[in-house]
Amino acid sequence: MSCLQTVTDYGLRSLGYGERLLPRSDFTLCQQFTLIGSGLIWNVYFGVLALAAGFFLATALALGKGARARVIRKPSEWFIFIFRGSPLFIQFFFAYFLFLSLKSVHPVFDPFSSAWLGALVVLFFNTAAYSAEIFYGALKSIPRGDVEAADAYGMSGWPRFRRIIWPTMLRLAWPGYTNEAIFLFHATTLVFFSGFPAQQQKGDALYYARYFADQTFNPFVPYPILAGYFILLTLAIIGLFGLVNRHLNRHLPPEQRRKIRLRPNLIR
Amino acid sequence: MFSFCTDPATLSDLPWMACYLTTGKHLNFYWAFGTVLLLLAITAPAALAFGFAGASAARSRFAPLSLVGKTYIAIVRGVPDIAFFLFFVIALDQGLEYLKHQWVCPDWDQAIRQGNDFIVCQAAKVPLGTSPQWVHKTYSFFVAAFTFAIVFGAFAANVLYGAMRAVPRSQLETAEAYGMSQRQTFRRIVVPQMWVYALPGLSNLWMVLIKSTPLLFLLGVEDIVYWARELGGSKTPRFTDYPHGDWRMWYFLVLLVFYLAFTRVSEVVLDRLMARLTLGQATTGGEAQRRAET
Repeated sequence: MSCLQTVTDYGLRSLGYGERLLPRSDFTLCQQFTLIGSGLIWNVYFGVLALAAGFFLATALALGKGARARVIRKPSEWFIFIFRGSPLFIQFFFAYFLFLSLKSVHPVFDPFSSAWLGALVVLFFNTAAYSAEIFYGALKSIPRGDVEAADAYGMSGWPRFRRIIWPTMLRLAWPGYTNEAIFLFHATTLVFFSGFPAQQQKGDALYYARYFADQTFNPFVPYPILAGYFILLTLAIIGLFGLVNRHLNRHLPPEQRRKIRLRPNLIR
Repeated sequence: MFSFCTDPATLSDLPWMACYLTTGKHLNFYWAFGTVLLLLAITAPAALAFGFAGASAARSRFAPLSLVGKTYIAIVRGVPDIAFFLFFVIALDQGLEYLKHQWVCPDWDQAIRQGNDFIVCQAAKVPLGTSPQWVHKTYSFFVAAFTFAIVFGAFAANVLYGAMRAVPRSQLETAEAYGMSQRQTFRRIVVPQMWVYALPGLSNLWMVLIKSTPLLFLLGVEDIVYWARELGGSKTPRFTDYPHGDWRMWYFLVLLVFYLAFTRVSEVVLDRLMARLTLGQATTGGEAQRRAET
């Protein structure tokens, strides 16, 4: 079987298209590359959607944590603490079983017990909490002069936030936020390891990598392939976020611009 | 456990619960919390030692040694950690078996890697197929602890490497002016002073280490996640004296609360430790403390 044939058979296997049976014997390198790459679609799906939705919640939470009113500050602080203080792994398990129990209460919760929505909700809350902490730190380090200048121009409320505080906050937070984005993509590999079942073997990249490692008893091929894919994904994120960073810093002289520094990614 | 537990079906809610929560399996569940704490107690110092070795190696003037240290730091950074965990455990297992195989069965003429199979002679299995259950359990626990130590050692090495470089240059120059050798400077000046710079990073690492302990489950140790799934699943009267529905949600809620409480306590303790270490240091924190006192 040629490699092209394998790609057409398994290229979209993780979404349920193409060949139904996974390869059982005579594993070729091409099969491993194709299937693990096919699983990567799920990682990208979870990462992109959670990040996009989490961005807005994170902004709201950061403002909430910085608010003076106790009724707004305390819930935001608790939300951030709960999602940053416990392992994502346990959050996944808890959410899955919670959704399972809710399923019997009302059919609305039906889709929540499958990975595409349930895990997405958890990742969304989780990244919102982590990003909110980064944004909050940036909010605290906005130069006083900037805000005073806005006051002097007679700006207040929404225009001041929209034109001064928010862009500055983003500019200061962006290097940290880039790391958070990379980190989130790495965290998406946890989804199918925790509660959420991979129906009809439609899993993510790590799911297929582990499938091959289990079948061949040889971790030295699938995991490096997985690592390679993730390094490519990380490079893509750095490139994309670097463009945004350049846009946010475009008014500054080159030596004052904040560079994105990669920090080691840890388990969450 | 209690004397009134002989016939649970007749009990009312509260005594039933008391009996239910003290069954043998639940005691195993409580022990599993001990396993987590034990893992942390073993891994944290081991990772710190690996980290220290890695950072010292990366700082070394001897180029190959420095390269080894830097590679160690770099490798673990780029890859999703969970993949690293899965990979490393099998690799370590096979590596041990391969070495023992070379040692025990030198006249084995077949290839070890036959297609998809990894075959060593029976005597070279680690642990031996005939050894009792507890040996297997202890072995898998220590493989897990070692894996944690390697991975977190790399993170700690990164933190300590930065901290060693953050010790003010003038301190080192002063040491040189006093005629101390490279080694003396490292031992007497750099190491005692680096901790204040390393602590924020290390405490962050400790939090992450706490949060990564559920991964034990993936490494095949019977930990709290395993027991929560096992005990929480719905039970029919045919197999147990304590039938109940699907309670896994509540078991995981308990785990969630356990981790949150643990994180909170660590935060408080580490804040105190930081305040202590900052005392008298030439940092903004130390300066703020000095001002507050006078």
